[in-house]
Amino acid sequence: MKRKDFLRIGCGAGFSGDRIEPAVILAEIGELDYLVLECLAERTIALAQKRKLLDATKGYDPLLEKRITTLLPHLVKNNTRFITNMGAANPIAAAQKIIEIAKEQNIKIKVAAVTGDDVLATIQQQAASTKETENGKLLSEYNIVSANAYIGADTIIEALQTNAQIIITGRVADPSLFLSAMIYEFEWNTNDFDLMGKGTVIGHLLECAGQVTGGYFADGVHKKVDDLDKLGHPFADVFADGSAIISKVEGTGGVVNLQTTKEQLLYEVMNPHEYFTPDVIADFTTVHLKEIEKNKVQVSGGSGKQKPHTYKVSIGYKAFYLGEGEISYAGFATYERAQLAADILQKRLQDKFKDIRIDFIGMQSLHKTTFDHNPVPYEIRLRIAAKASTAEEAAMIGEEVEALYTNGPAGGGGARKYVNEVIGIVSTLIDRNSIFPQVNIFES
Amino acid sequence: MKLFDVAHSRAGDKGNTLMLSLIPYKEADYEMLLSKATAERVKAHLQEIVQGEVIRFELPNISSLLFVCYNALSGGVTTSLAVDTHGKSLSFALLEMEI
Repeated sequence: MKRKDFLRIGCGAGFSGDRIEPAVILAEIGELDYLVLECLAERTIALAQKRKLLDATKGYDPLLEKRITTLLPHLVKNNTRFITNMGAANPIAAAQKIIEIAKEQNIKIKVAAVTGDDVLATIQQQAASTKETENGKLLSEYNIVSANAYIGADTIIEALQTNAQIIITGRVADPSLFLSAMIYEFEWNTNDFDLMGKGTVIGHLLECAGQVTGGYFADGVHKKVDDLDKLGHPFADVFADGSAIISKVEGTGGVVNLQTTKEQLLYEVMNPHEYFTPDVIADFTTVHLKEIEKNKVQVSGGSGKQKPHTYKVSIGYKAFYLGEGEISYAGFATYERAQLAADILQKRLQDKFKDIRIDFIGMQSLHKTTFDHNPVPYEIRLRIAAKASTAEEAAMIGEEVEALYTNGPAGGGGARKYVNEVIGIVSTLIDRNSIFPQVNIFES
Repeated sequence: MKLFDVAHSRAGDKGNTLMLSLIPYKEADYEMLLSKATAERVKAHLQEIVQGEVIRFELPNISSLLFVCYNALSGGVTTSLAVDTHGKSLSFALLEMEI
């Protein structure tokens, strides 16, 4: 049933650590039909899986409690449905936590947890005969900690049919979080691939939240953006024909214009003619954008063809321990002293570590060159990073940098050391028929 | 003249692949970018960064170009030893290109 001529979907988070306040503003005064929070980067779910192994009641987004506690009263008051992948490695525990918070707030709510994306058991069974896509190595060569399939809109639609106000998922293709609401509300035929393509375009524009409203955009010179400290997150008014208007709540910071929407449309796109999701292979080259008012960009066009026969599976594995150390030099002979420090570190560590990287921060750490700019700045931060097989070994990197205080070049200051376990990600494809997503209902 | 005088860009990543959009401030400059910002020239400009192929996609409807650069992120976002593992800063490397 079409309830009105358009559907308003907001996006209040573009990654796990995103600000909470823009989502609250959207929920409170955005007049939304749906609020979506996209909180899973490639590696987030593997890290969540590690937390779940330590404690079976965890493994969902670390900010879930904080976010739900502030958002829930607004969602209920404004009758806004809420779709999020904050379930991460444990959507069931996340749903139970939401119910617990609702009870504390005396709120009656129905929560649907979508499961089935976790294919760790299947992948482990097939590891000896399945190769990953990136390097073509057998999965059995990896110390796998997680395997999650990017599932599509279909199971979220099933969850929406239960009238649950909150839908919490694990790994779902980001645009599907948005497309599912459009399919459900407009009763779109999921085999109408042009509509699936159009909805995917809209979802793609929204999924990084602040990146379409002026975040990851401003340069302070050619691209000036007001009030980034109060950046508003976006919403789309979506029409039944698959067109939409991207905008943001009045009075919030940031900007929605042709430049921000063009940058976001092409963001992380490998092939704009064929953008793969579980719902459709979408064509972004047929999209038209038009600025119709201040902070309002109309999106039309967009198309698609068939549904892929496979799901992409993202596999987390224990890669190595990363040891890092940093120290700064400034003034006379800055570069020579940093180079001297680099030589010392290289000599002392090269026999123990096979993979060492040394950066002169301020000179070449980001672009490996300074093109035609003067390469030597007034101060340099020297950084060394290396891969190790244990945390103890990795710690040696920072310890050697710290030892430069008294054993290295003159005037070295601000030494810092870090050790982190690194989870790597590879991917593979899995047949659609080998995955069985489910909807689990919880009520307060 | 450098690209940053006439165009803007955003960097994205997938595994070891880097994507760089190139969008002229004035849509009328799209044709000029089509002839000046070829995949070959971008590959040469980013030779220190991009080890693999550079493929250029043209999007005339939105007057924009997209460069997809393979083998460009020191082995991949999750296992790179670089400071900027995602290559988020690399849009500004593209914009340093002389045209």
